[in-house]
Amino acid sequence: MSEVKKIATRESYGNALVELGKEHEDLVVLDADLAAATKTGIFKKEFPERHIDCGIAECNMMGIAAGLSLTGKVPFASSFAMFAAGRAFEQVRNTIGYPKLNVKIGATHAGISVGEDGATHQCNEDIALMRTIPNMVIINPSDDIEARAAVKAAYAYKGPVYLRFGRLAAPVINDKPDYEFEIGKGVTVREGKDITIVATGLEVGFAVEAAENLEKDGIDARVINIHTIKPIDKDIIIKAAKETKKLFTVEEHSVIGGLGSAVCDVLCENAPAPVYKIGMRDRFGESGPAAELLHKYELDAEGIYKQVKANL
Amino acid sequence: MNKLELQKCANQLRKHIVTSLHAAKCGHPGGSLSAADIVTYLYFEEMNIDPKAPDKPDRDRFVLSKGHVAPALYGALAMKGYFPEEELVKLRKTGEMLQGHPDMKGTPGVDMSAGSLGQGISVAVGMALSAKLSEEDYRVYTLLGDGEIQEGQVWEAAMFAGHKRLDNLVVIVDNNDLQIDGSVADVCSPYPIVDKFKAFNFHVIDVDGHDFDALDAAFKEARETKGMPTAIIAKTVKGKDVSFMENQASWHGAAPNDEQYETAMADLEKVGEALCQK
Repeated sequence: MSEVKKIATRESYGNALVELGKEHEDLVVLDADLAAATKTGIFKKEFPERHIDCGIAECNMMGIAAGLSLTGKVPFASSFAMFAAGRAFEQVRNTIGYPKLNVKIGATHAGISVGEDGATHQCNEDIALMRTIPNMVIINPSDDIEARAAVKAAYAYKGPVYLRFGRLAAPVINDKPDYEFEIGKGVTVREGKDITIVATGLEVGFAVEAAENLEKDGIDARVINIHTIKPIDKDIIIKAAKETKKLFTVEEHSVIGGLGSAVCDVLCENAPAPVYKIGMRDRFGESGPAAELLHKYELDAEGIYKQVKANL
Repeated sequence: MNKLELQKCANQLRKHIVTSLHAAKCGHPGGSLSAADIVTYLYFEEMNIDPKAPDKPDRDRFVLSKGHVAPALYGALAMKGYFPEEELVKLRKTGEMLQGHPDMKGTPGVDMSAGSLGQGISVAVGMALSAKLSEEDYRVYTLLGDGEIQEGQVWEAAMFAGHKRLDNLVVIVDNNDLQIDGSVADVCSPYPIVDKFKAFNFHVIDVDGHDFDALDAAFKEARETKGMPTAIIAKTVKGKDVSFMENQASWHGAAPNDEQYETAMADLEKVGEALCQK
């Protein structure tokens, strides 16, 4: 098997900001003392005058980003998902979402693949929080190619966008000549007629691997990549519900309020179908190497395979 | 405008505040009345703004961080001609423009939606930083309550503004000494306010927030202050010029009934008449 290239989507974020920064002078990047970890440090090195370190004060950072957006800048406010969506939730809701400001939130270190830092820093609730804010677009890219495309699409879009990135190096799975990114457009990454696995972010690669193993058992699994959780691609989900027997949603996030809930929201109103939600099942994470945690919480390819088999 | 004109303006603004809150049957008169002179000075003397071009990029900005005193802002905007004064009595009504707290999307002249305390100052800081980044000359003003500065975010914003030496930023604290649950000193004292802002690297000016000469001097001093932001700590009277509302915490968030409205307007008429004698 050939070596698969791996890169963390937070790294893609930093690199995409530099690419965008070269083209657009109105782009500014904010961070809250985490530039080395969120990878906005890459941007800071190129454009120190357009990198604003707000110190450890995420709530204030969101307000500053709002002020910058009101005066002609396009700010990317960056922190860990825990602090961007969690601590600063109300600032994001009232100061960015309500006035529909052109602020992009770059939230890295989402999910349990944060690893050793443990439960306090593993945000499994950010998608749920951000979904409830009117006007908010939520994008959770699956690999480097998608992450860079998402950052560029977020810049081009006028309005608030929450971008979710991971700490862990993820395999590049979208390295195809015809790859295109469109906000709100789901991608069928594998055709299948028995069941559908709807995955997002880091879980897309694992879902494809799980589908390949399911095929050996005679189960033909479709895999859909939902990179944009809001607005969600209703059509691709309704079609899957009509054409396959059961849907499995997979996310590195709580099963409450995330992708699984978003898929169920679409289906219960349009095409009721059985859904099994794979994710963090109403619990906190813990310290440990990312790969071990993903395995323990059955969020790697083997875990997805097992959960699908057990809940067919 | 000269001092007398500003005083007359503020008196008219107070009448608008009381009238709009009476019509709304709810809202926040106490802090709106305490802030009326400050808002009058900003909109009729200090700020570079044009009601005919509410969005012009080089305008000065105002963020009403204590957004619950929206009636003061709305009254000033209507008097400046941003929208018809008839709108003021539709305050807080379903489907109407004037929301309980300022909404920039629906109201001409409102630079930023605000009202959740502690957040507006950060936005003002961001605007001031933006001007510095692109070397623009506009100035940014934000009005906070003295209860509001109990919010931790205010001090995050102040630390950043002081650190970045944002001398195009003026933070005004409406120090009426009262919050919903009582005196700010009793609830959770923010004092000494002057020393706190000094410690956050602000140039601080302590003034009588109802004295237009003092306000004029303070805002001129702020303009001349270089290398650091200015905080104007304006000592005010909650419910100013309405006899039964003055210095009463209970008038923080209650509207006058018909009878109280008549008394309030009579009080304000008296103030207005006294100004006409001058």
